[in-house]
Amino acid sequence: MLENNPFNFNILSLVVWWPAVGAFAILFMNKTKDAQIKWAANIITFVGFLLSLPLWFAFDNNGPQFQFQERYDWIPSIGVSYHFGMDGISLLLVMMTTLLGFIAVLSSWNAITDRVKQYYAFLLFLQTGMLGVFVALDFFLFYVFWEVMLVPMYFLIGIWGGPRKLYAAIKFFLYTLVGSVLMLLGIIALYFEHFNQTGVYTFDLLQLWSIDYPAGLQFWVFLGFFVGFAIKVPMFPFHTWLPDAHVEAPTAGSVILAGVLLKMGTYGFVRFSLPLLPDATKDAVWWVLTLAVIGIIYGALVALVQSDWKKLVAYSSVSHLGFVMLGVFALTELGLQGGILQMINHGLSTGGLFLVVGIMYEQTHTRKIADYGGIAKVVPKFGVLFLLVALASMGLPLLNGFIGEFMILQGTFASDYAGWVYAAFAVSGIVLGAAYLLWLYQRLMFGKIDNPENEKLKDVSLREQATMWPIVALCIFIGVYPRPFLEPLRVPVEAIMERIEGPRTAGVPAEPVVELEADNQEEAVAN
Amino acid sequence: MSDFFWLIPLIPGVGALINGLFGKRLPKPVIHGVAIGAVALSFLIALGCFFGPFLSGGGETVLEKTLFTWIPGMSAAQADGTMADFTALWQYRLDALSMVMVLVVTGIGLLIHIYSMGYMSHDPGYWRFFTYLNLFTFFMLNLVLGANFLMMFIGWEGVGLCSYLLIGFWFERDSAANAGKKAFIVNRIGDAGFILAIFLIFYTFGTVDFYEVMAGVSAQFDSPEAGWGVLTAIGLLLFVGATGKSAQIPLYVWLPDAMEGPTPVSALIHAATMVTAGVYMVARSAVLFEHAPNAMLVVAIVGVSTAVFAASIGLFQNDIKKVLAYSTVSQLGYMFLGLGMGAYAAAIFHLMTHAFFKACLFLGSGSVIHTMEHAEHASGGHRDYTEMQDMRNMGGLLKHMPKTGWTFIIATTALAGIPLTAGFFSKDEILWSATHGGHVTLFWIVGVIAAGMTAFYMTRQVILTFFGEFRGGEKMASHLHESPSSMTIPLMVLAVGSIVAGYVGLPFGASLIGPFLAPALNAGMPIEAEAHHASVAVELMFMGASVLVGLCAIFLAYRMYWGKPEGDKAVSEGWPGVYRTLYNKYFVDEIYGATVVDGTLGGASALNAFDAEVVDGAVNGAAKLTLGVSDLSNLADASLVDGLVNAVWKVLAGVSNGLRHLQTGVLQNYALMMMVGIGALIGFFYYYLWT
Repeated sequence: MLENNPFNFNILSLVVWWPAVGAFAILFMNKTKDAQIKWAANIITFVGFLLSLPLWFAFDNNGPQFQFQERYDWIPSIGVSYHFGMDGISLLLVMMTTLLGFIAVLSSWNAITDRVKQYYAFLLFLQTGMLGVFVALDFFLFYVFWEVMLVPMYFLIGIWGGPRKLYAAIKFFLYTLVGSVLMLLGIIALYFEHFNQTGVYTFDLLQLWSIDYPAGLQFWVFLGFFVGFAIKVPMFPFHTWLPDAHVEAPTAGSVILAGVLLKMGTYGFVRFSLPLLPDATKDAVWWVLTLAVIGIIYGALVALVQSDWKKLVAYSSVSHLGFVMLGVFALTELGLQGGILQMINHGLSTGGLFLVVGIMYEQTHTRKIADYGGIAKVVPKFGVLFLLVALASMGLPLLNGFIGEFMILQGTFASDYAGWVYAAFAVSGIVLGAAYLLWLYQRLMFGKIDNPENEKLKDVSLREQATMWPIVALCIFIGVYPRPFLEPLRVPVEAIMERIEGPRTAGVPAEPVVELEADNQEEAVAN
Repeated sequence: MSDFFWLIPLIPGVGALINGLFGKRLPKPVIHGVAIGAVALSFLIALGCFFGPFLSGGGETVLEKTLFTWIPGMSAAQADGTMADFTALWQYRLDALSMVMVLVVTGIGLLIHIYSMGYMSHDPGYWRFFTYLNLFTFFMLNLVLGANFLMMFIGWEGVGLCSYLLIGFWFERDSAANAGKKAFIVNRIGDAGFILAIFLIFYTFGTVDFYEVMAGVSAQFDSPEAGWGVLTAIGLLLFVGATGKSAQIPLYVWLPDAMEGPTPVSALIHAATMVTAGVYMVARSAVLFEHAPNAMLVVAIVGVSTAVFAASIGLFQNDIKKVLAYSTVSQLGYMFLGLGMGAYAAAIFHLMTHAFFKACLFLGSGSVIHTMEHAEHASGGHRDYTEMQDMRNMGGLLKHMPKTGWTFIIATTALAGIPLTAGFFSKDEILWSATHGGHVTLFWIVGVIAAGMTAFYMTRQVILTFFGEFRGGEKMASHLHESPSSMTIPLMVLAVGSIVAGYVGLPFGASLIGPFLAPALNAGMPIEAEAHHASVAVELMFMGASVLVGLCAIFLAYRMYWGKPEGDKAVSEGWPGVYRTLYNKYFVDEIYGATVVDGTLGGASALNAFDAEVVDGAVNGAAKLTLGVSDLSNLADASLVDGLVNAVWKVLAGVSNGLRHLQTGVLQNYALMMMVGIGALIGFFYYYLWT
């Protein structure tokens, strides 16, 4: 059954399953023909990106929240349906996933020489899993995609990773699995509560959203969800799997991990925790914001002293995702909108940073910062691309990071929950962000070449440029003209905030809220 | 032409784009043709605006152009509980204040672009240099033309980026790369204050547009007490931003290091334009500061302290550019003193005159360094650039490079505040403002002391550089020559400006620039009539006193250094402690290094260890615990659980073995057993029922 679907066919299913179909096709290819397999994977992911483009143009920013819906019974006896749909949040994430998916495949051309066929098959399966997560509107279906996604990632790290790949892969898998199980308990609790209230067994999100859950239940479910999502984000102190996974993963794995997989956590908060558990969310604000701010500063400080290039970028993710969490849990429209945009921004700029690491690593096979120095002279184009993504990452105006960080911090500042205190601390993350990235850049690029091997480095090839330029172009575009990326978020953000705050109208004084706010703030100041 | 005023910032942006994308493959004339052409075009449009609408319409003229909505954000709560959508327009606004800034930026910028043609002619990064210069001009013009705080912030951070790139232009030098990084990070600390100010502004007024915010200030806070907390906070946070960009205490430390950049950069960015952004920002928010007297007091105190502090460091520096750098810090301090005293127009006036004479001095020093390096090179020497910038190796250069020398001397008179030069008029106006307000004559005294120091170190510099005998060695002396005309012509234009630029701001109420700026400083709102104070006689008295101090300082320097290049000895031997402290810049860099930098890095290392040992340790510990538990359960499984199973089996086996004997297959046995069983049952039930 299709709803709000101007295409009149199952476009979301096509977009989601296309990579999986491609993966099956690759499995039937001759495993000795590496070149053919690479071409096939590149074409499949590129077509996958093209297939998702119509969504971008057909999406109606002012239309109903969920568009391109398709819904079929799957396991009717327990109320499971195959339900896809897309709102502005999903739209941005899906577009980013199809783009980064292609870029990740393209970046693997020379990096992967071993078991090529399996590698690309896993990457493509992973792609389907991620896309499914972002468009599933049935909690059960969501969970299936969520778990399925773990497996290919596990193998990508475990087979094609660095020296400690097994440790990293198992840590990644088990850690996230622990979170998933707790999340599953929460899902089941909501499922039965929905049955208690309505007499209907269903996992359909639209229906689960339509009732209010008792506060006690909300607390426990929130806790379960929190662990599941916070591990994925990752929030301090659940972040230590990330540096290991990143350092050991092949470049494409890191790009996907940073660009898309981490967004699963924040997406989970936005999609499930906030609208399903508004009361528990409001109660949790202060400690989630506190953890977010700790993550921002802690991640940045630890990044500052890393001697491993890739690990530094990994810790910078901890800091950046702290900003996203700050925006989401500020519980203001502006902050939430900025937080969601920042998910995309982080995917682009950090994805770009990992590509940059990968480009050098392929030539030098070292990630130690001390092994570089002065290479700007040898690889000027590389230097420019690296600088641009670094600047985007540190939030320079006219690049994407600034828009997100600014909206998040402005939104947090105006938050009813003594947000200005959090904003004031979080701003130090911006200073530190400049510090670790510029210092990194200096140690790698500037000065004299002290390692003679680096004299022979080759500048970025056309293929490598093809992986970088789309990212850089988008970073600039979003920084200069963010409107097309902000407008799709209006309807879903309003819907979420309405679940939390009840209907509010812009420009109209909300009298009772005022006093409450004042009280809250005085208390906060007093404390 | 004024319809196209919004092209002023965009044209240099296009220039940067062209040179950035294709510059590497373009011949030099095309590169500088594009770069200089772009700035010249902007300058022409600016002149068109000035001589068109502004000359006829006066200071009340305002031109506006909205290009598009930059950030169409959703709503957030305001301080008063109302909700407002966050909107930042990409909007340019040209009013009198911006007009002055635009003329300074494009005019002086144009001269420095032309100068760079000669100065950078042999540098392999020629295209890169002009790309950065154009990019800088683009951002700087955005900063002064933007109609709201966000647009200003684009320019603010953008010029910081260009400054970073240009300071580190010769990135193979570690010192240059370090200086660039230091500048960016120190500026970011200031920017954090600026951005917090923006948050608070939007939270308070629901808008970030300059004029709307200032109107909101007047409307919401009719008396200074009404807005005490919030306006003071906004003012101080904005000022934190200003201390970063405009190199004031405590964030001035990056500017002296920034001299690692090519000298045209020092002139354009680190003297004439970028570093004045903080002054512009405070002037732009004049209405707000007027309502926050405490913030203004802080501005004045920091300004005057920086003025005297930096001037004292400048007294005994030997690097020709370092002297000028500390002088810049000190002069910026004057501007902030003026702002803090409410003399916004005077501060902007000094900003303008300072742009002329300080650009002239920097370009002059560049011309000297250029010549020194060429002479060293031609004579086969290999001393590095620090030696070439050391005044102890100079002397007597006036006769070798008269154009550079005389323009340098003219600009020096302006900086030293010799009467009838530009610097005299503007500095005097600031000092005059410092006498207002009764209890703050202390500001005037400190300001005059700083002015005396300025006159001293500039006289010292001129004598050490241009007079006496050349001290750089015989071989070099024969190779000294005047710089090419692409360099000397800008010097001459700037030298003329160092004199005549002052005549737009004559004292005794005859100033043109004051009334011109007034409407813009009041953010387009009607101005209340101001009562004129003090008599000409009093003003003349103060003026005379400061001139006297300056002349005494010049005389002192003349006595100490004329014919005695080692004149520092008088101090270094007489008061070694004082000399060492000043020469080593009060050890502030060392103190910052030991506290802020080492503290941050030390803390970060500790956290890194914490992350590995404790946080990750907990995770691995949990894993180990799980493994341990599973080992235990494995053991338990083998001995207990499995043992139990086995035991059960054994028991069952034993029992069945025993029972097997019962199953004899003999019918009689079964019958007997049945009888016994039935008997037992009957007995049981009988017993049970009976009791």
